[in-house]
This record gives sequence, C-alpha cells and structure tokens, in this order.
Amino acid sequence: MRNKLIMAILGAALLAGCGTTVDPEQSGAPVEDRGAKRIDGAEVKRVTPDDNLGSVLAAVKQGVLAKRSVFFDYDSYVIKDEYKSLVEAHAKFLVANPRVKMLIQGNADERGSREYNLALGQKRAEALKKMLTLLGAREDQLEAVSLGEEKPRCSEANEACWSQNRRDDMLYTGEF
Amino acid sequence: MTALKRAVSALLLLALSLAAHAQLTIEITGAGANRIPVSIADFAGEPGVSRAVAMVIRADLERSGLFKMVEAGAPLAENAAVNFGDWKSRGADALVVGSVAPTANGRFEVRFRLYDTQKQASLGGLVYVMTAQQARTTGHRIADFVYEKLLGEPGVFSTRIAYVVKSVGRFELQIADADGMNPQTALASKEPIISPAWSPDGGRLAYVSFESKKPVIYVHSLASGSRHVAANFKGSNSAPAWSPDGRKLAVVLTKDGGSQLYLVNADGSGIVRLASSSGIDTEPFFSPDGQFIYFTSDRGGSPQIYRVPAEGGSAQRITFEGSYNVTPRLTPDGKNMAFVTRNGGRFQLALMDLASRQTQVLTDSDKDESPSFAPNGRMIIYASEIGGKGVLAAVSSDGRVKQKLSVQAGDVREPAWGPFSKN
Repeated sequence: MRNKLIMAILGAALLAGCGTTVDPEQSGAPVEDRGAKRIDGAEVKRVTPDDNLGSVLAAVKQGVLAKRSVFFDYDSYVIKDEYKSLVEAHAKFLVANPRVKMLIQGNADERGSREYNLALGQKRAEALKKMLTLLGAREDQLEAVSLGEEKPRCSEANEACWSQNRRDDMLYTGEF
Repeated sequence: MTALKRAVSALLLLALSLAAHAQLTIEITGAGANRIPVSIADFAGEPGVSRAVAMVIRADLERSGLFKMVEAGAPLAENAAVNFGDWKSRGADALVVGSVAPTANGRFEVRFRLYDTQKQASLGGLVYVMTAQQARTTGHRIADFVYEKLLGEPGVFSTRIAYVVKSVGRFELQIADADGMNPQTALASKEPIISPAWSPDGGRLAYVSFESKKPVIYVHSLASGSRHVAANFKGSNSAPAWSPDGRKLAVVLTKDGGSQLYLVNADGSGIVRLASSSGIDTEPFFSPDGQFIYFTSDRGGSPQIYRVPAEGGSAQRITFEGSYNVTPRLTPDGKNMAFVTRNGGRFQLALMDLASRQTQVLTDSDKDESPSFAPNGRMIIYASEIGGKGVLAAVSSDGRVKQKLSVQAGDVREPAWGPFSKN
C-alpha cells in the first residue's frame, strides 16, 4: 500500500517533468502551493489541486495504457482489428475516470497537400474518438485534432517510414 | 584590439553569416521563348547609389526570364542625347538611362527615362526622391515601370513573398522582397506553421500555427507584429483564405465533426457554416470577384476540386480527370486555376482554363504543392523538393520560365505571393 502511494507520487513528479501539467479546464482554479517534500531522495511537487487525479493519471504510464498509438493503412481511416483491445482498454479507463480528458492527435504521411493531409489526420482522430464514445467514453472527455503531416515520427521517404506516420496518438490530461 | 571588441566583432560576423544562410537565393532554370533585349545603362552621378539602383533593375528584369541584358558601357544621364541607330546595332530594343543627384538632408533624386530604340521614342520616365537605403526599392519600382511599358502588364518586382523556413526544431514565418532580399521573421515557433495567406491589402497574414498542440488560425498584422486568434474551436482550425474585400476568411473547422467550410469575420466573430458534406471539405479559395469559393473535397470518393457560391448553395464539381486534384488557386483575372494533380505517384502543378476546362501540367517534379500566383498572374510560386530538401520554385503560367528559390540553412515551404504594394 505504501509502495503504491509512493509510485503514485513519483508518477505525479514525472508528470511535473513533462511541462504543462495543469488541467487546461481547471487553469482558472487556484492552485494550492503546499511546497515541496523530499521522499527517498526524489523531489515531489504537487501538480494539480487534486491529489486523486494525479494518482489516477499515473496508471496511464503503465501496462497496456502506456500504449498510445493506432496505425492506419494508406488513404484509410479505418481502425484495424488489431487495435481493438487497446482502444477498449483506453475506453474502460476513461469510463472509470470521468474527470480525465484525452486529446487525440491524428497524423498523416507526407505525400500530397498539407491541408488535405491535415483533414485526413482529422478523419483518423475522429474515427478513434467515435470508437471510444461507442465504448462509453463521454463526448466532453475527448477532443480530436489533427497534426497532418507536420509532426512525422519518421522522416524518410519510404513505406516503412510512412506507415509509422499514419497514426493517432492518445494524450491524457497533463500531457497536452 | 581588446578581448571585448574581438568578441563583439566575432558576434557581428556570426550574425552576418547567419543572415547570409537565411537568405533566399533565386536561380533561373528556364527562360521565355522570346526575351526582349534591353540595355540598362549605369545612371550618371553618385556612382555608388547609381550602380546599386541599376544593378537591381537589371537583376529584376533578367530574373523574370522575359528580358535579355545588353551591355551598356559608360553611364548615361537621364537627359543625354540618345543615338538610336547605335543602340539598335548593339541589339537593344529598349534602353534605360538615368541620373542620381544629392538633395537636402542626405537624400537623392533619381530620374530615369525609357526609350524604344526601334520606334526611336521615349516611353516615359519618373522621378523619385529616396534615401541611400531605399536604392533597392527604387530599383524595383523602375523595373516595374520598364516591365509594364514593354510587356503591357504590371510588374511584380516591388511585391513581397511569405514562406516558412524549417530548421532543426524551429519554424519561422518569413517575409522577403520578391527577389529574396531583406528576409524578416514575423513568427518563430518550435511547432509547425502552415498555410500563410496575405490579406488583399498586404498588411496582414492569416496562418495556421500548432503552438498549442493543435492547429489554430491567427491573423497577424505585419507592421505592428500584433496578432489575434481568428478561429480556435474544439478540434482543428485550418486553411484560411481571405475574401477579396479583406473582411472575411473562409476557414476549415472540425467543431461539428469532419473538416468543413465556414466563413468568419477577420476579427474572429460571426462564424457561419458555408457548406456541408459527409466527407472532407478543405482548402477554400475565393474567386477574385468574390462570387465563388473553390475547394477540395472527397465527397465523390477521391479528392477533387469543387466550387460553391460564396453565399452558400449547391456545389459544382470542377476537376474530373485523375484520382487526386487538390489546392485550387485562381489567377487574379479569375480565368485560370492552378492546382496540384497526382500522376502515377508524382504530385505536379497543373493549370486549367476554367472556360474550356483544358488542363496543362506545368511541372515535371515529384512533390509539388502549395501554388500561389503573383498578383499579375504571370508566375506561380510553389513548394517542391530537391534531394530531400524543401525548396521553392516558380513557373510561368505558360510553363516556360522557371526559377528555384532555396535557403542554405533549412527547408523552405508554404510560399504565398503578396499583393501589389499600395505605394
């Protein structure tokens, strides 16, 4: 139990290292500053006014929930069967934690018009959003956006590379 | 030399070399069929300033691919007597002569005259008062005058272009003179910037920035450097296009699901939906008369170009050949449309005569995108790739004149040719 608590606090510390950690929906709320404590040599800072949300979010760094990408075929926005169990796990997490939000970023490979690719990435993001809502996640927990071809994971001009760039990434509260 | 002085001069040198790396260099890779032979004599008086002005005129005319320079020799004053027979025998169909004289408070008066050596007649001249720093600007204006008198259409040497330079971990929205000189950075960001679009008055740029981890449309006033959000709704906001009166933007939003067309006032107010489809609608572009909005849609199964009345109404399909036709951009006279077409995996620039629907492929490269017309409709600037590096290229609407524009320091992309300058 004590170990779990430490893990949760460390998880929150990790989040603090990721830059913006304040839930954008709550950025207007006062953030209580109770100072930093030192536990087992790690500096622990409070990242949200809500301890519980921080510990909940530690869960998405581990196990199946740490997997955040879904890949697509060329010119397609159909979520393939092989990703169903992954999407189900994320949907289950969103249902169980209704205050957690997710940003879905759709991406496209570099071929063709930038703006058309932005629209293709959007289709991919919305396909995933639809699947998550069908599995019980709420509309207001999810935002589907597109990065088009602008943030390639791999930058060579071949199919092996392009296939990594045709993807959706799932970001949780505190990660965007 | 003290250590401090050395450090300062080293910094200055570094700044200069950085500026040189950021400079857009233009290379002519194809010229017009019949180039007009023209001689631009050095102007008389004030040798330094005179030479600077004459060099800009020559470089502008030559770069257009429509003129051939004929060596002039010694400087010739604006009021010098011209021996037309002599210039004809040298092969010059036209001749520019001029004078530069100092005036009060360190300024210069520049006078020039253009002659038609065949008709043995003056085609006119002008007088400018300028500072030494304005020598390039004056040269561009004189080149515009010569171009218009000899070709019967306005020149674009005094216009500016916007483009995005990507270097490691950094994106810069830059604005340079049409000859690539004087690049200035309007916005620098760690996140991508795409789709810059000039307001019709040339004072503002609309663009899409990803600085908040998603695409958001901004309108940026160039003179003040201030900007505001024009569209930041849930989902993606992209593809801004100005209405010809500069009051509205056609934009693509996904707030109601799917990429769809909307109209919004330039200040971000008064959003209305323009069209509806179950698929992708994007890349809106106003016809110059403001009557129609051309756009890309996959409503018919593959991306093709359509248009809708700007007031709303039913869509009409424009392209039919091939399975990928995107990015419609109309000529300033509204008669022709440039777009990007896919031919067997190669993305090339094409031009359609909208009345006859005749289409001509203008380029022979693999990754051409983002065409933008010069305000006189003669040249189209676009993004391309050479050896895996992003470059800009320009092609004349008859496909003959070709230029390559590149920077040493990174990839250049997303060009947008600005409107005619007002002054």
